[in-house]
Amino acid sequence: MNVHVFGDVTVVTPSGRIDHNSAEKLHEMLLPVIRTQIGERRVVVLDMADIPYMSSAGLRVLMLASREAKKEGGRVVIAALQSDMQEIFEISRFNMVFDTFDSVRTAIASISPNSLAAFESG
Amino acid sequence: MKVRFWGTRGSLPVSGGDRQIRKRLKETLKIASGKHFVDEQAIETFIDEQLPFPVRHGYGGNTSCVEIIGDDGRSVICDMGSGLRELGQAVLAHHGAGNSREYDFVMSHVHWDHIMGFPFFTPAYIPGNRIRVHGCHDIVETALRRQQSEPCFPVDFSQLSSEISFHRLQPGEPAEIAGMTVLPILQPHHGDSFGYRFEQNGKTVVYSTDAEHRLEDKRQIDAFVEFFRDADVVIFDAMYSLADMISVREDWGHSSNLIGVDLCHLAGVRHYCMFHHEPAYDDATIHRVLSETIRYEEISREGGQPLKVSSAYDGLIIEV
Ligand SMILES: [Zn+2]
Ligand SMILES: [Zn+2]
Repeated sequence: MNVHVFGDVTVVTPSGRIDHNSAEKLHEMLLPVIRTQIGERRVVVLDMADIPYMSSAGLRVLMLASREAKKEGGRVVIAALQSDMQEIFEISRFNMVFDTFDSVRTAIASISPNSLAAFESG
Repeated sequence: MKVRFWGTRGSLPVSGGDRQIRKRLKETLKIASGKHFVDEQAIETFIDEQLPFPVRHGYGGNTSCVEIIGDDGRSVICDMGSGLRELGQAVLAHHGAGNSREYDFVMSHVHWDHIMGFPFFTPAYIPGNRIRVHGCHDIVETALRRQQSEPCFPVDFSQLSSEISFHRLQPGEPAEIAGMTVLPILQPHHGDSFGYRFEQNGKTVVYSTDAEHRLEDKRQIDAFVEFFRDADVVIFDAMYSLADMISVREDWGHSSNLIGVDLCHLAGVRHYCMFHHEPAYDDATIHRVLSETIRYEEISREGGQPLKVSSAYDGLIIEV
């Protein structure tokens, strides 16, 4: 799982198929990152480009991450959902709970235009 | 085996009401526009072949009552929701009120929507009928007596003329009821609920409603996967969307359509039947949830055996 900071936005990129068996690992990796990053910056962008599929157990981890961020006064947004994941977000109604963006770039542009330069320069 | 659904709604019986009737009339007239029907049969055919399921039939509004029918014709009735009234009427119409019969019930729990049909179950008023109520709770009899007493109901439970007995089951201990092996399991729900696995002649049906499957409890999830293992049909509490279930409706005691698919995939189930529909959903919404759930099953199958997905409706019969 990669973590990058662009200005005042943190971008977290988990990867792989997240099902009943791998959700626990995502939970152990993602939650501490959310905790430390939200402490320093307000928003975490979850870059989903490398997640082809998530079962209910995986989606639950996203819900926990969002809850954790809200507790600290921050938020988690979702970017770059693959097409199956886009459908899963609609079917599970997660699209009504999370702000979703087509790409990491559009997410950053919407949340913190000032941080866009840092993202563009890599 | 056979499964017959007499009530499939969660929490409270519903009727479509005038807005639904109007909506259906509009849709029907739109589809029928310009058509000419030569006779009654042509109309029947049009209804069956041209109108979509939510318009022509719908899911019904009675609360939980499901009949599991064995190969010898004897059956077990799961729960006494408002659907039980029609079951009683149908049995009397078929066999005649003068012929006494035996009835076996198994109870998931005694929340109102699962017992409210009993005061309207006519066979309970007829001498000679024998009614056996099986369940894991110790308060089944108390609950039935309480709901059928002053000031809530005019005919006291003690005035019922049939012979009614209560039989305690234990989770994890199989029992023989109406020629079927019935295995109960404890489920997470307010005041506890119990699911039941019915087996006969190599076929398996699971009735598992009013259960909040908590994804964080891996041991519990694994226990249900074992309980559902290789079942031919699993009837499952799919009341909420996943987002609702694990956020605003957390601790409300119910599960989601997606968790049902995931559990059934893990368990190698053949047919997943969604049940205990949210009373606020209209027929179109339940139908949309069904097509979405079928799609989720396709996405998540990952080379495994396909899982048939359906949504229970009042009147549905599944041949197992
Ligand atoms: Zn219920
Ligand atoms: Zn209940």
